[in-house]
Amino acid sequence: MMKINTPKKKRVLRELEKRAPKLVETGKKTLILQGLKTSNVLNSVLKEIYHLKRDSSVRYTRKNDNIRPFESGGETSLEFFSQKTDCSIFVYGNTSKKRPDNIVIGRTYDHQIYDLVEVGVENFKPMESFKYDKKLAPMVGSKPFITFAGEGFESIDELKHLKEVLLDLFRGEVVESLSLVGLDRVYVVTAVSSDRVFLTHCAVRLKKSGSVVPRIELVEVGPSMDLVVRRHRLPNESLRKEAMRISTDGLKKKIKNVVGDSIQGKIGKIYMPDQKIGEMALPNKAKGVKRERREAKLKHSEHAAKKRKEDGAD
Amino acid sequence: MEAENQMQVDLGHLLAFDPYHHFPSPPKSREELVTQCLSEGTKLVQAVVDGLFNLTSTEALEGPLVKLPKPTTRLPREKHLPRPKPPTKWELFAKSKGIQKRKKNKVLWDEQTDSWKRSYGYDRVNDDADVPIIEAKMTDEPGGDPFAKRKEEKKKRVEKTEKNRLQNLKQAAKIGALPSHVQLAATALPITGTQAPPKKITKDELGSVAGLAATATASGGKFDKKVAGEKPVKHQGKHRKFLPAAEGSGMGNREKEQTDKVLNKLMAKNSHEILNVGKAVSMYNVKKQRDGRNQKGRSSFDSSSKLKPNGKPMKGDKKSPYQKSRKGGSHGGGSKKGKAE
Repeated sequence: MMKINTPKKKRVLRELEKRAPKLVETGKKTLILQGLKTSNVLNSVLKEIYHLKRDSSVRYTRKNDNIRPFESGGETSLEFFSQKTDCSIFVYGNTSKKRPDNIVIGRTYDHQIYDLVEVGVENFKPMESFKYDKKLAPMVGSKPFITFAGEGFESIDELKHLKEVLLDLFRGEVVESLSLVGLDRVYVVTAVSSDRVFLTHCAVRLKKSGSVVPRIELVEVGPSMDLVVRRHRLPNESLRKEAMRISTDGLKKKIKNVVGDSIQGKIGKIYMPDQKIGEMALPNKAKGVKRERREAKLKHSEHAAKKRKEDGAD
Repeated sequence: MEAENQMQVDLGHLLAFDPYHHFPSPPKSREELVTQCLSEGTKLVQAVVDGLFNLTSTEALEGPLVKLPKPTTRLPREKHLPRPKPPTKWELFAKSKGIQKRKKNKVLWDEQTDSWKRSYGYDRVNDDADVPIIEAKMTDEPGGDPFAKRKEEKKKRVEKTEKNRLQNLKQAAKIGALPSHVQLAATALPITGTQAPPKKITKDELGSVAGLAATATASGGKFDKKVAGEKPVKHQGKHRKFLPAAEGSGMGNREKEQTDKVLNKLMAKNSHEILNVGKAVSMYNVKKQRDGRNQKGRSSFDSSSKLKPNGKPMKGDKKSPYQKSRKGGSHGGGSKKGKAE
């Protein structure tokens, strides 16, 4: 015996539709959470990441004992949270003696763990320690530039993986059109050595230059840290293939007002606006309106008046 | 030489990647590292901005708006691609027979009220239930209610559509293409053989399970080891209340009350009278008194009460066939409202 359950409230229906799988995806939500032990540094790192991604992230502040991303049994909690909050990237922070200031950045596919990267945070400088002109501060939710520099990103596996994950983490919403006025932040990631990466967040100043293209100036604004890659887990091939699939159905644009088949051919409908013929000026002037006619009439009437006068006088 | 200066720019993501950058010499201090990284970053952002500002832009309120090209770096999706809905049973049938969908109008002209009415929903045209007169056909049997019959037929039709809808959704759920707002829930476990469906256990029942199990032990569960958090048993000990053996008679006599209650219930059950005689009599008396008073007040000055020195009515005046019966008397006097218990 089965029963069909549909939501009775429109609000619930809207939420369910937001969480349904879409053809074209617009930005992933991030879940930020912590383990049993966190240090001061880790707390501020997680706080700053949350602030950088304010609108599209959820922060859990309680300690979670049973999360061990790299172990086979320790992922169930993460998957449950991912399902509950509809987040597909998570940032899990934990400190231990073996791995101080540890952050695991992971992604999920269909609320199952897809891949993981574990990095250690060193030389962390929070947002408050940077002094800059407050007018330059980037707005929350603006789409950032992301730059990677270093041959390590091409040659070393872990750094390649880290590059992909950082791109996914920091890119904002996927938009079709962008306002050029709202470009105000950039994440600069540089590969310093084979396992160390320097990440910083800067504000962008567009200065007048000779041409249409402005000159760029970067001002360090936000947190800056060194990320040391510790472990990583790549997705297995089949899962990766499925996650990278693109569908061509959604790319076809609907063409309106055109019907047709092979026998009749293509038939289109054209809608004309109201032509307002009654208010249009005629191209040929009416006979009575033409100047010669008018003048002739005048003369005639004058003539006639004169004649009558003469006759009358006589 | 040119290959060294190539930077990979992905305008769709506002991404710039320089795969040829390396530090010619390891930076001696932190500040140097930072300045070098920033300068490299500036170059990269400049490359992206060059590309961006050369795109065709349209004017919006705040400033120029550009249409971003599709990103070149592929990133994994977060959820699977939406699966197409399987065709429903009707759709398959229509396809096989070649039935085309026809566009229906939302409003139709109603001849009877001379107005446009909906074709479905509240206040619709040709509502099946609104017909005032149904003429009897030759095939109809006498004594049948055609209106009730119509209602039943409608009910059956609705049940059939619901069943079909459920079947279609089950098919969709099998291949994982259930619509996002629909959930299928099992209402009851399947009944196997002659077993009755298991009863739902209430929270209170669950709480007292441990206590019930404890009564199986010889000492009534007094020495059982309790689990952490287990609450003590409610209503321990005797469940029956017995009255004291010796008690005085009078109004507070509990045993008398008990037996009286039982007797009243029995009498009320077995009496077939609908009329509560006691109440009827008192109502009659009150009405009579009221009428008598009104009459007397209008006709004569000397009312019986005023003649008396005190002005009080005579004591034996009220003629009442109703005698104050004791509680538990006959005529079902025990139950005041005449309800059979």
